[in-house]
Amino acid sequence: MEFIKPNIDLNFVGNRGKAFIISGLLILMTIASLFIHGGPNYGIDFAGGILVQVRFAEPTDATDIKKALAPLGMEQSMVQGFGEKKNNEFLIRNEKKDLNLQGLSDRVRQTLAKTYGQGKVEVRRVEMVGPKVGKDLREKALLAIFYAIILIAVYISGRFEQKWGLAALMAGVLVGATLLVQALIVAMGGDEGIAMVLLILTALVVTVGACWLLKLRYALGAIVALIHDVVITVGVFSLLDKEFTLATVAALLTIIGYSLNDTIIVYDRIRENLKRAGKQSLDVTINASINQTLSRTILTSGTTLIVLLCLFVLGGGVIEDFALALLVGVVVGTYSSVFVASPVLLLLPEGRPMALRRSAPAKAAPVRPEPMEAQPVPAQVSSGKAAGAARQKRSKKKSRRKGKRR
Amino acid sequence: MPKNFFLKSTLVAAVIILALLFLVPTLGGGKLPAWWTNTLPSDQIRLGLDLQGGMHLILEVETQKAVTASVERSSQELQRKIREDNIRAIRPQSGKDNTISLVLLHNSDRAKMEDLVKRDYPDYTVASSRTLDDGKIQMVLQLTAKAAKHIAEQASTQALETIRNRVDQFGVSEPEILPQSEGRILIQLPGVKDPQRAVALIGKTAQLQFKLVDDSVSPSTVTKATLPPGDEILDMYRRDHASGRVDKEPIVVHRRVAMTGATITDARVQMDSQYNQPYVSVAFDSAGARQFADITTRNVKKRLAIILDGKVQSAPVIQEPITGGEARISGDFTMEEARDLAVVLRSGALPAPVRILEERTVGPSLGQDSIDQGLLSMVVGFCLVVAFILLYYRLAGVFANLALLLNLVIISGALAAFQATLTLPGIAGIILTIGMAVDANVLIFERVREEIRMGKTPFAAVEAGYGKATLTILDANITTLIAALVLFQFGTGPIRGFAVTLSIGIASSLFTAITFTRLLFDLYLHQFRPRRLLI
Repeated sequence: MEFIKPNIDLNFVGNRGKAFIISGLLILMTIASLFIHGGPNYGIDFAGGILVQVRFAEPTDATDIKKALAPLGMEQSMVQGFGEKKNNEFLIRNEKKDLNLQGLSDRVRQTLAKTYGQGKVEVRRVEMVGPKVGKDLREKALLAIFYAIILIAVYISGRFEQKWGLAALMAGVLVGATLLVQALIVAMGGDEGIAMVLLILTALVVTVGACWLLKLRYALGAIVALIHDVVITVGVFSLLDKEFTLATVAALLTIIGYSLNDTIIVYDRIRENLKRAGKQSLDVTINASINQTLSRTILTSGTTLIVLLCLFVLGGGVIEDFALALLVGVVVGTYSSVFVASPVLLLLPEGRPMALRRSAPAKAAPVRPEPMEAQPVPAQVSSGKAAGAARQKRSKKKSRRKGKRR
Repeated sequence: MPKNFFLKSTLVAAVIILALLFLVPTLGGGKLPAWWTNTLPSDQIRLGLDLQGGMHLILEVETQKAVTASVERSSQELQRKIREDNIRAIRPQSGKDNTISLVLLHNSDRAKMEDLVKRDYPDYTVASSRTLDDGKIQMVLQLTAKAAKHIAEQASTQALETIRNRVDQFGVSEPEILPQSEGRILIQLPGVKDPQRAVALIGKTAQLQFKLVDDSVSPSTVTKATLPPGDEILDMYRRDHASGRVDKEPIVVHRRVAMTGATITDARVQMDSQYNQPYVSVAFDSAGARQFADITTRNVKKRLAIILDGKVQSAPVIQEPITGGEARISGDFTMEEARDLAVVLRSGALPAPVRILEERTVGPSLGQDSIDQGLLSMVVGFCLVVAFILLYYRLAGVFANLALLLNLVIISGALAAFQATLTLPGIAGIILTIGMAVDANVLIFERVREEIRMGKTPFAAVEAGYGKATLTILDANITTLIAALVLFQFGTGPIRGFAVTLSIGIASSLFTAITFTRLLFDLYLHQFRPRRLLI
C-alpha cells in the first residue's frame, strides 16, 4: 500500500512564502489570544490554589455545589462536570490568592458532607498548591523549556555542522549570561517571576540571533521550528481556554523532541542529497528532500496521531488535556518540519549562493539519493543472483566508508 | 548464515528472556511459588501515587520560628546567669532579628556583661551598647548568622526525623520521606486510607509545655495593661459533650516555661474510668521525672497548665507532689485524637511548625479508573497501529509489529527491573512510544522501498535501507531523548514517570526496530531467498 506516490513532487519550498504567512498568522493568533486572556490560563500547579474532584451519590449541579461551599468563602469557585454525566462527578477549582490552604481539603470535604450527607460525597482527588510552590514550578517549567532548546541547539550544531565547540561555547555563554542577569535583576529588587519570563524570551531571541551570526544554519532552522511549534501549541491552548498545568509543560517538552525528530529526518536527507547535488540550486535540493521523506513524515505522524487520539478519547479526564496538547503539537510539528524548518535554511544569505539562477523548483527533477549506476529497472527482472550479490557488496563497501567518515 | 547471525540472535533471545523474567512477577500478581521468588526477580512494576492512590505532600519547616524560640530560651537563661554573676540589669527581652536586648543599671557592669557573653554565649555578639540619658546601658546581643543557620538546619533535620517516626507509626507501606532544598520535606504516602488524619498527624507541631497558672489575677477582667509582668493570657479549649461545641476561655499563666515535653519517653492512651474519657499518660526520663517532681513539690495546691501548641489542654490543681515521672494529659479528646496525640508525643515535637506547601491526593478508586482507561487506550491504540502497519507493509509489517510487541514487553520488563515508577503520564508515554517506535521501521522500510524501486535485489535493498536509515534514526531519537532527560530533571512524580517511560521506550524501540527487525529480515531472506520483497 502506498499513500504517497514515490515520484511525488510538490512544491513546498516554492510556496514557502504562503507557509510563512500562515505561520505568522498563527503566531499572531497566539499573541492576540494571550493578550485577550491576560496571559496563559495557569492551572493551580502554577497559579496556586486548590482543585478537588468529587463524586456525589446523587445528581447535583454546579450552582448547588457553589452554594454548599459558601461557608468556606469558596462560592466563587469554578465548578465543572467531569467525565460522564451519570457519574455525578465534578471538578471544583479555586485560585483565590488569600485562601487559607492549611487543612483546606479537609474543610471542603466536611462542608460538602454537611450539605449532601455523610457518605454521599467521595473526594477522589485533591490538588493543593501554595502560591510559593506555584511560582517555583512556573520558573522551573520555563527553565526546562529553555534548557531543552539550548541543549538541542548544541546537539544539532555539533552533529550537523561539526561545530561542537562553537555551539557549546554559545550555550555556555547564554546560560551564564541568563543566570547573571537574573541574579542582577533579583538583587536590584525586581520581581523574580517576570524577570525569568523576560530573560528566557530574550535568551531565545539571542539564541536565534547567535545561530544566524555563527551561521549555524541547521540549528537555526530547528530552533525556529521548535519555537514555532511551542508557541502555536500554547496559542491553541489559550484559544480553547485550556489550563496550563505541569502536564501541559511535559507535553510541550515532548513536542520539542518530537518536532525535532521530524525536522532532523528531513535535514539528514538534505545533507545526503547536498553531497551529490552538484550545481543544483539549494532550494531544489531541499524541496526534493522534503518530497522524498514525505511518505515517512505522513506515516509516522499518522501512527502517532492514531495512538494520541485513542489516549484523548479513551484515556479519561485526568489525561485529556495532556493528550490534546500532544495532538496539537504533533500536527503543528509535522507541518513545521515540512513548511518551516527546511525553508528557513534558505533564509541565511549564504544559504543560497545558487539561488540567483534559480529555475522553478517545482519543475526540477527531484534528486534521488543515488542517481547511481542502475537504471530504474523493475526489481524482479534485474534481481539475478549474481547481480544482486555484486550490488550488495558494493553498497556494503559504501556504507562502511560512510561509517568511517562519520 | 547471515553475518553475525549467531551473535545477534543470542542477544535478541537474551533480551527477550530477561524482559519476560522481570515481567512475570507483575503478571503473576504476587502469587508466585517460593522457588521463583527466592531465585528470580520478584519485584512487580511499581505504580505511582496517581495510579494506586495515595498522598503527596511538600512541607516547609518554618525554621525561623525554631531560631526565634532558641533566642527566647537563651534570653530566659541569660536572666538566671545575670543574677548568678551579680550583674544588675532589667530583664533581657528577645526582640526582632534574633536579638536580645537588656538594660544594665550600672556602667561598671558593662565589662562583666561582655565577658559573660564571650564566655557563655559564643553564638552571640554584642551588636550595640549605648549609654542612655539616665546613665544606664542598653545592650543588644545578636545571634550570629552562622549560628542561626546552624539552628535552622538542625531544625530541618530534626523535623525530618520526627516526621519519619510519626509516619512509621501511622502504618503506611513504603512511605517516602525526603529532604528537599530550602528546608522543604517531600512526603509520599502510597495507598493511605485517611489522608486528612495523616496530614493532621504529620503536621502537628506537638510542642508540649507546662506553665504555672497565675491565680492572683482574674482571667475574665485582666487586660493587657493590668497583666502582671512575666505573665501571658492563653486560651483554654473545652468541648461541650452534649452539643459538640468547642468553647474557649482565657487563662493567665506565667510566661516562664516550667517544663517542656522534651524529656518524654513514652506516651499512651488510657481510659479515665470516672468520666469514661480517654486521656494520654506520658512518662519522662529520669532527669525529666526529677524536674517534674521538683515543680510539683514546690507548687502544691497551685494550678499547672498543660499547653500543647499554644493551646491550654487543661490546668489541673497539683494535689500532691508527683514523683513517679508520669503526667496525665486530659482534655476532652475523642479516642482517635487521643491515640494520635500519643503518637506525636512519643515521636517527639517538631522543632518548628510546618506548613503544607503542596498536597496532592488521589483516591484509590480514581487510581483504578486511570489504570483501566490508560490500559484500554493503550490496547486500542496498539491494535490500530498494528492493523495499519500490517496493511501498509504486509510481510515487513509483520516484522515491524513483532518488534512493536517486543518493545512493549521490554518497556514493561525494564520498568520492573529498574523499579521505576509507572504513572498515568507514564502510560501515556508508552502509548506515545507505540506511535513513535513505528517511525524507525517506517524510515527503514521507506528506504528499502526506494532501493527496490531503483532496481536492487531484496538482499541489497534491505542492506542499503538499514545502512542508510540507522544514523538518521539515531539522530532523530537522541533529540527526543534530550527532551526526555530535561523533563526528568524538571518534573516531579507523574511527569517524571512520563520522562522515564519515554526514555526507556526510545532506547528499547531503537533495539527492536533496528536489531530485531533486521534479524527477522535476515532470517527470512536466507531461508526463503525471495525474488521480491513484500514491503
